[in-house]
Amino acid sequence: MPANTIGLTFVDWLIIAIYFIFVIGIGFYLKKFTKNENDFFLAGRRNSAWVAGLAFLSANLGALELMGMTGNTFKYGMYVAHFYWIGAIPAMLFLGIYMMPFYYSSKIKSVPGYLKLRFDEKTRVLNGFAFAIMTLLVSGINLYAMALVLHTFLGWNWDISMWMAAVTVAVYVTLSGLLSAIFTEIIQFFLIWFGLFLVSILGIVEIGSINQIFARIPETFNHLWSNSADPSANGMMISWGGIVLGLGFVLSFGYWTTDFLVVQRTFSAKDLRTARMTPILASFFKMMVPFIVILAGLIAIVLANDPNSGFNLLKDGGQINYDSALPLLIARYYPTGLIGLGVTALLAGFMAGQAGNISAFNTVWTYDIYKSVLNKNASDTHLMWMGRVATIAGVAISLVTAYWAKNFPSIMDYMQAIFSWVNAPLFATMLLGMFVVWITPNGAFWGLIAGIGSSFTLYLAVKFSWFNQSIITMSATSSDMAANFWRAWWAWLICFAVTIIVSLFTKKKSKDELVGLVKGLTEETATKNISVYKKPEFYAIISLIVLIILNLIYW
Amino acid sequence: MKPIWYFVGLILTIMGGIILLSGLYNLIQPSVSKVVLSEKHPDIWWGALMVIVGIIYIIRNRKITIQ
Repeated sequence: MPANTIGLTFVDWLIIAIYFIFVIGIGFYLKKFTKNENDFFLAGRRNSAWVAGLAFLSANLGALELMGMTGNTFKYGMYVAHFYWIGAIPAMLFLGIYMMPFYYSSKIKSVPGYLKLRFDEKTRVLNGFAFAIMTLLVSGINLYAMALVLHTFLGWNWDISMWMAAVTVAVYVTLSGLLSAIFTEIIQFFLIWFGLFLVSILGIVEIGSINQIFARIPETFNHLWSNSADPSANGMMISWGGIVLGLGFVLSFGYWTTDFLVVQRTFSAKDLRTARMTPILASFFKMMVPFIVILAGLIAIVLANDPNSGFNLLKDGGQINYDSALPLLIARYYPTGLIGLGVTALLAGFMAGQAGNISAFNTVWTYDIYKSVLNKNASDTHLMWMGRVATIAGVAISLVTAYWAKNFPSIMDYMQAIFSWVNAPLFATMLLGMFVVWITPNGAFWGLIAGIGSSFTLYLAVKFSWFNQSIITMSATSSDMAANFWRAWWAWLICFAVTIIVSLFTKKKSKDELVGLVKGLTEETATKNISVYKKPEFYAIISLIVLIILNLIYW
Repeated sequence: MKPIWYFVGLILTIMGGIILLSGLYNLIQPSVSKVVLSEKHPDIWWGALMVIVGIIYIIRNRKITIQ
């Protein structure tokens, strides 16, 4: 049992137990409303922008967002806020304003489904396989992170922790698919805010004020842009070019506009305007998340630098365990009852990520791999059965990947590496597919192959020292995170260039086949006759203004 | 079915109520092992806040049924 194990009282256990009973109970309650494949895979396509928007955000509030980002703030400082602001908001707004009409109007069930309509079957299957593999890898990370919390707090056995969490998610997603995933994601959203925001409040109370916190962290850690010209002058060791091109453009747009895990929530909206509002509404809440995780990370830095605080991060084999920052802050501030809520909030975050990944995986497997390749004539009832089987199989494979993920020192670095393999090139394919009529099916396919292949090769090249990381980052000083940003940029660029070049020499689809799928061939009627205050564009502009203000405040 | 907001209200009220009661008990019978800032009694006011928010959600959605 680790030295930092915290004893939970009966009240804490009661709160944790209520959470598990509640989410499993919701799965059973919703099962009677899950009558067809539309209910199971698209949550009945009847959700409001609030429901779809909070689920859109919650699906992303997994291990990555909570422990990983707090740990990374301890490691890299304020620069981690870029993941929430420039690294998310422009992409979310772009999805709502420009891409959603093509996604939603074509009535597809998955992102690879769009590739089938816009290009061809082979591009869809390629992306379907890449997404399925990526999703199960990320799902494994969620399980690993959850086991870390239970191990850190409760001294629980790794194996029992991972199996218990996996089985819970498997039960409620198997029962009612995306419907229960969305319900529990929204409950998890509230639990995360109520369970974790108090850490920031109490940290500010202990240290004195937010200004005190900024005054007591290293100079290289407390700015967003003003020290980004020189990589050696900031905690992440990256220049503004890497942030803007790698994170702000390629990785962010690749994730938020093409990753089916989050985009699937927009498909559950009741109409096109609601679907467009979903990511725009979520963008406001996304901008607020740093007030939990970044602030907690900065508080941890201040406390760790103060010898009188008695606060130190855990060490695994001599290496600092950055991901222990948030759990240790909860242990520092939360009395009986609240500590149960804090642990539940972390579990809720992991469950949201896990359920999101599994519900996205079962849809892509069922429609883009199983129905597309293995059983083209499958009935709707059979597909719903297959979705349930895929859920259980997906959870089982996630368990295997969780044991692999356990060997990586920092969760976040690993996640970004995976996103740069799959999402970064896919964004180039989507961008060209939606906005350039003459891009061909073969151009998209070979562009994707080149993008995924080059990103993975660059990753291996640096990992096994085939060449120096500075060739990718164009800087003598850089971190693993900087390499991820730049690798994403190169993968995007290679996919973009190869897609265009191959398209110049291969057969194009007729314009009739592309109506509703490409800009210029799609009539824009969704918001023509509504007032300015109801238009998604109006709220997108407000979101953009808030984003600019936040960046100026912490410049 | 009941809207999701009803379930949000339920869980916030139940959990908040337990935390509030636990905080009141800690006030009467202070624990030997104290956490930092325990003198501020965050369990009492945070639990109360959760109960208030939870009850608002329950009241606003108790009669609503969605198809």
